[in-house]
Amino acid sequence: MNGRRIAADLKITARGYLRNPVALFFALVFPLILILLFGLIFSGGSGGPVTIYAQNFDHQSPASRAFLSALNNTSAVRVQVVPASVGNLSTYLGQNGYAVGLIVPAGFAANYTHGLPVHVTLFTNPQAASSAGIALGAVQGVANAFNLALACPPARDCQLVSIANENVGSNVYTYIDYLIPGLIGFSILTSPMFSMVDVTSSYRKEGLFRQLSLTPLTRAEWLTSRILWYILLTFLSAAIMLGIGLGLFGAHVTVSLAILPFLVLGPFFFVALGMVAGSAARTPETAAVIGNIITFPMMFLTGTFFPVSEFPPALQLVARVLPLYYVIDGMNQVMLFGNLRAAGIDLAVILVASIVVFVLAIVLFRWRDE
Amino acid sequence: MIPQDFHFFEKITAREAVEYYSALFHVRPKVDDLLAQVALSDKAHARFDTLSGGQKQKLGLALALVNDPRICFLDEPTTGLDPHARRAIWEVIRRLREEGRTVFLTTHYLEEAQLLADRVAIIHRGEIIAEGSPGEIIQAHGGPERLVVTGGPPVAEFFRRRAGLAPTVRDGQVEIPIQSKEEGLGYLDDLRSSGIAWTGFTVERDTLEDVFIRLVGRMDDGELKSEAAP
Repeated sequence: MNGRRIAADLKITARGYLRNPVALFFALVFPLILILLFGLIFSGGSGGPVTIYAQNFDHQSPASRAFLSALNNTSAVRVQVVPASVGNLSTYLGQNGYAVGLIVPAGFAANYTHGLPVHVTLFTNPQAASSAGIALGAVQGVANAFNLALACPPARDCQLVSIANENVGSNVYTYIDYLIPGLIGFSILTSPMFSMVDVTSSYRKEGLFRQLSLTPLTRAEWLTSRILWYILLTFLSAAIMLGIGLGLFGAHVTVSLAILPFLVLGPFFFVALGMVAGSAARTPETAAVIGNIITFPMMFLTGTFFPVSEFPPALQLVARVLPLYYVIDGMNQVMLFGNLRAAGIDLAVILVASIVVFVLAIVLFRWRDE
Repeated sequence: MIPQDFHFFEKITAREAVEYYSALFHVRPKVDDLLAQVALSDKAHARFDTLSGGQKQKLGLALALVNDPRICFLDEPTTGLDPHARRAIWEVIRRLREEGRTVFLTTHYLEEAQLLADRVAIIHRGEIIAEGSPGEIIQAHGGPERLVVTGGPPVAEFFRRRAGLAPTVRDGQVEIPIQSKEEGLGYLDDLRSSGIAWTGFTVERDTLEDVFIRLVGRMDDGELKSEAAP
């Protein structure tokens, strides 16, 4: 590896790229349009039902399930049952940026049928006052219905089911908060993938690689210069996203140096993957098809436009086999949840994947056809 | 080495291309010298995608010279170029030769080889079938010289009667094989004395292309015959 040659190639790559309006549009302007568009559409808050993340510690009983089912049947809220295995619900809500949670305690049905008081605990976040109000109203309504079902005589206090309201002490995230890491990820994916697939196949067809093979530039140096260029582009794109997100939409994301590894390894991975896809195809047309097959699922299923946690469970599993998921999830962990441990795991996954794909790219990529 | 149909990064100028190659070879970029050498100085700031086919090939030549090679391999550098661009490339190749460089030129244009080369190897189906200077190859494999006189049928008739020659007539041109220029001059003297009208003459001999066609045709015929044999 020779730094001087890498620098020379980086310079020529940058010049060529900056003079190509189409490439620049897709690298920098298109994600900008997306953040403005999605940010404006969703900045008024979601009009859908409030999601309540519920833990049912009395899950064997029909009464507790009827309680959650009645809650789910209100049009105001949607109940998402969370297994007890996730641990403390308040922490879980905080880590995932969820605003509302509910605990149905063990012995709910027994107490209720024996006329003993029972408290369900509702976690709400003061920062999300409207969601909190809607959730409280819905839970209160269902509790009242349960209390009335006892046919209580007026003289007696029949408020068996009551609500203990606790605050979730974490930030609640709005759509724009998820959109920033999502669209940085989108940029990390699309810009190198589309370009590298095209470049790798068309340079080979035009004999440009054959010409480069007659210079001292090595394949690894050429690939490294491309990787460096897309890392620079990613930094620029991320800065634009953060500027728009924070400045225009008042996003609540943490800008931390801990996102840097993702801004480096993300482009690293996708430049190498683009090169593998471009090398695997015989013609630029086939390369474009292969590139699209790889790119499109990741474009939509890895949390670019919507948080993966909102996906149906099956799609969440699909997301986890797609490399971009780990880039976006890692940035979410850093920028939204401050969970560096989880981010570290994501980083490890993408690091290993990057090394594998880089080696594969060097092995598959030839300056000239055999 | 520059290939046929040279390509480069589309948005990069000729000057930047030479600077890039110089950096890759770690040599001082002699941009102005190299572009002047290939007669491309006026296009130094033009982007590659705005250059004509000939200018692109010239840039390819300039890049091939960045590291001051003693041997240059030029793979059909004039294929597809217009006559003007082709002559410009020829000039560059002549200059390279004059500078003492060895130029390996592959071409389908035998005229080009005849004009530019000190030594020619004719390759047919992967084998060298003739080798030497253009003159040597023509001498060895070409037909005799021909006196070509521009005139009508009376001229042909005159030669046929005068010396029992067997002239061929093609488009008003009468051709007679001759062994030497003196022999040809003798025929012309006789013609002039006869008073028959004629307008001009040339002495022609096979070109490298004629030789190539003849050699290759002969080989293909031979192969066809041997294939046809039981």
